[in-house]
Amino acid sequence: MTKSELINTLAEQNPHLYLRDVERIVSTIFDEITEALSRGDRVELRGFGAFSIKRRGPRTGRNPRTGEAVHVEEKCVPYFKTGKELRERLNTTS
Amino acid sequence: MAPSTITRAHLTEAVYQEVGLSRNESADLVESVLSEMSDALVRGEMVKLSSFGSFSVRQKGPRMGRNPKSGEEVPILPRKVLVFRPSHVLKERINDDELGYSGGSEQAGRQPPGSSAAG
Repeated sequence: MTKSELINTLAEQNPHLYLRDVERIVSTIFDEITEALSRGDRVELRGFGAFSIKRRGPRTGRNPRTGEAVHVEEKCVPYFKTGKELRERLNTTS
Repeated sequence: MAPSTITRAHLTEAVYQEVGLSRNESADLVESVLSEMSDALVRGEMVKLSSFGSFSVRQKGPRMGRNPKSGEEVPILPRKVLVFRPSHVLKERINDDELGYSGGSEQAGRQPPGSSAAG
């Protein structure tokens, strides 16, 4: 499922909405999540999962081509933990 | 500034502000987005959201685990796990705001230089 397929599905379920409104709704949701994470906030969506950021400390990496040591700055990476309900749904045998 | 937690209510409010539907309908749409994504994943589909990231389901084999408290061995059954891979756009957004890098991304999109992070 891609973003446009998601938008089309929602548009079919909501025939009273314009496609462009559905597009705005979907992008607003993911923009909000992105903004929250970039502020360092956590996004918790019960039943679905939680997004947070994890800090990776500075380290000395290596250029895999030349073998040369390079300093890698501290950085943050987004992290997603699956919610309980979704985790259970993934594992129910159908 | 202590980090706070964003919930469905915040997303609903953002949709309400942005699109001008009622709060109730905004809440329903937030819920629909999450349930459509969940349903696709439960069907075994991958969910790809450009400029955000992709969710996929991975099958894990059985293995022996250990109860860290008692040291006792416990079998871990084969199971499915959900994996989120953030897009480059999302990773860059997070580091831009968090660590205050400036410039560089337009040129090459490489890792930020180690020495010259402007304070």
